[in-house]
Amino acid sequence: MRSGEAYAAAKAAGRAAVVGYLPAGFPSYDGCLEAMKAMVDGGVDIVEVGLPYSDPVLDGPVIQAATERALRGGTRIFDVLRTAEAVAGMGVATVVMTYFNPVLAYGVERFAADLAAAGGSGLITPDLIPDEAAEWLEVAAARDLERIFLVAPSSSASRIAATVDACDGWVYAASTMGVTGARAATSQVAPSLVGRVREHTDLPIGVGLGVSNGEQAAEVASYADGVIVGSALVRCLLDSESPAAGVAAVGALTADLAAGVRRAA
Amino acid sequence: MTRFGPYGGRYVPEALIAALDQLTEVYEAAKLDADFQGEFARLLRDYAGRPSLLYDATRFSEAIGARVLLKREDLNHTGAHKINNVLGQALLTTRMGKPRVIAETGAGQHGVATATAAALMGLECMVYMGEVDTERQALNVARMRLLGAEVTPVKSGSRTLKDAMNEAFRDWVTNVDTTHYVIGSVGGPAPFPAMVRDFASVIGTEARGQCLDLLGTLPDAVLACVGGGSNAMGIFTAFIPDDSVQLFGFEAAGDGVDTDRHAATLTKGSPGVLHGARSYVLQDEDGQTRESHSISAGLDYPGVGPEHAWLKDSGRATYLPVSDAEAMEAFRLLCRTEGIIPAIESAHALAGARVVAERLGPDAVLVVNLSGRGDKDMDTAADWFGLV
Repeated sequence: MRSGEAYAAAKAAGRAAVVGYLPAGFPSYDGCLEAMKAMVDGGVDIVEVGLPYSDPVLDGPVIQAATERALRGGTRIFDVLRTAEAVAGMGVATVVMTYFNPVLAYGVERFAADLAAAGGSGLITPDLIPDEAAEWLEVAAARDLERIFLVAPSSSASRIAATVDACDGWVYAASTMGVTGARAATSQVAPSLVGRVREHTDLPIGVGLGVSNGEQAAEVASYADGVIVGSALVRCLLDSESPAAGVAAVGALTADLAAGVRRAA
Repeated sequence: MTRFGPYGGRYVPEALIAALDQLTEVYEAAKLDADFQGEFARLLRDYAGRPSLLYDATRFSEAIGARVLLKREDLNHTGAHKINNVLGQALLTTRMGKPRVIAETGAGQHGVATATAAALMGLECMVYMGEVDTERQALNVARMRLLGAEVTPVKSGSRTLKDAMNEAFRDWVTNVDTTHYVIGSVGGPAPFPAMVRDFASVIGTEARGQCLDLLGTLPDAVLACVGGGSNAMGIFTAFIPDDSVQLFGFEAAGDGVDTDRHAATLTKGSPGVLHGARSYVLQDEDGQTRESHSISAGLDYPGVGPEHAWLKDSGRATYLPVSDAEAMEAFRLLCRTEGIIPAIESAHALAGARVVAERLGPDAVLVVNLSGRGDKDMDTAADWFGLV
């Protein structure tokens, strides 16, 4: 399933979608798949498979710790694609979230081909703006892969218009100025950003950066089409006393988030 | 201009684009503004101590076999060329009405320069420095703190310059409304590579005029060390239109370019994206950045400014590797022949002078950018030569 369709299905059910992120290869290749399964069983609508990268400038300490561990464990691009394939095989819409250099190094066309073959529906590119994305846009369009770019509170109206124009599937609204990481309070600027994005597009809008529980998910779900959670899920695995406990915590948090978006509806 | 051939660009999160647009706008206006240019020139003259000397190093020349003129950036206030760029960016910061600057630093020279300009202009200052570098350049950490800057040791990744830059980007994306990121080299997203080059280009503009005064003609070659590449762009730029002048950049080869412990990005890297720009990068086949190594903290970086990538590909400049051992030999040679202690970074260009002398012969005139002084490197030198 494409992630845009998962948004539509959630909307048809009268609620926002839950989008969950975990990096491939963390805490191990198999451990990641178990956690992914727990997320799917817990009710996530879309999975973001993170591609661990050596220089994650938009990530806070939690995701940095996880991706460093995945890289130390030897995670390769091939493993990320295998993970995406396994997750897509669980019957959930699957996208890959990656900084751009690994895609460039692998080959943009080759990456797109292998992602499509794995059943991934598209890419989220946190450090690639549409202005620099000519090659990816062309290749993705040819293979009908989703192009999910980010908008930020600092984005001007003209940049929002140009960015949503380049998006396919949905739009990723970064709710705060800052790096990834759970925050005690949800963003005050996110509702107005979502409002500004809606003036330019009918695409679904997911809100990420800082959501960590069902209560915050319910709040975000009241104005956005999707609630994106990353660091809080990763922390379940980082903080756990045993791998099994970590997987259980991921499942429990996902269920809490899934209940949250239903409460809001 | 945001591109140098296929290199450069803005590979950064959307959240930073508004700040880059603002910076571009303010900088483009400043370029045409006589008040700004006058203030910048005044600071370079009265505060940094420009013009820096072009010194005929006769005893060093004799030892390496060609005439070497040293562009004495080591004599600038704060002891390195970094002050040129920083004064320009600090002036822009006040024009943008931002009260805070952040910087990354490797050897600490750029951090010291930024802390200095921040003190001068009353700006709050935070410097990110890899934990490994805070240890090998402890004196500069103390200097920055004395100047009122906060220094944050960065403990992630390889704990060197690359990781300090990651952390500075994270700060910037969080505090961009109040903060200007004073990037210390000709890397990063546009407009930084061209803007930093412009601020540093006073080095080459002066050197070219000084050569004409001293020699009545242009030199045969201009040499500089290249980490990120700002001192090199600073001295190259004025000479780029002069086809008779060869340009040589010397990268840190660490233990050797055939080992995995070096920082020779243009020699051994491949095109990719790092820290906001497309350029050469030391990376593996998955695009993961490789850890670099150099005895010189200021050259210990796995990327390079995009304009250097273009000068390499277009053939206008030649980039060659210099090992730790070769650099340290040249470091000692300058001390012994001229009584000048260079920065270990600059010693890579001095070692390169021997190579260029062999290529061009004894009548050649070489201008070497002595980009900084070596006081900060005394611990490293004492260890290397067994001096204490």
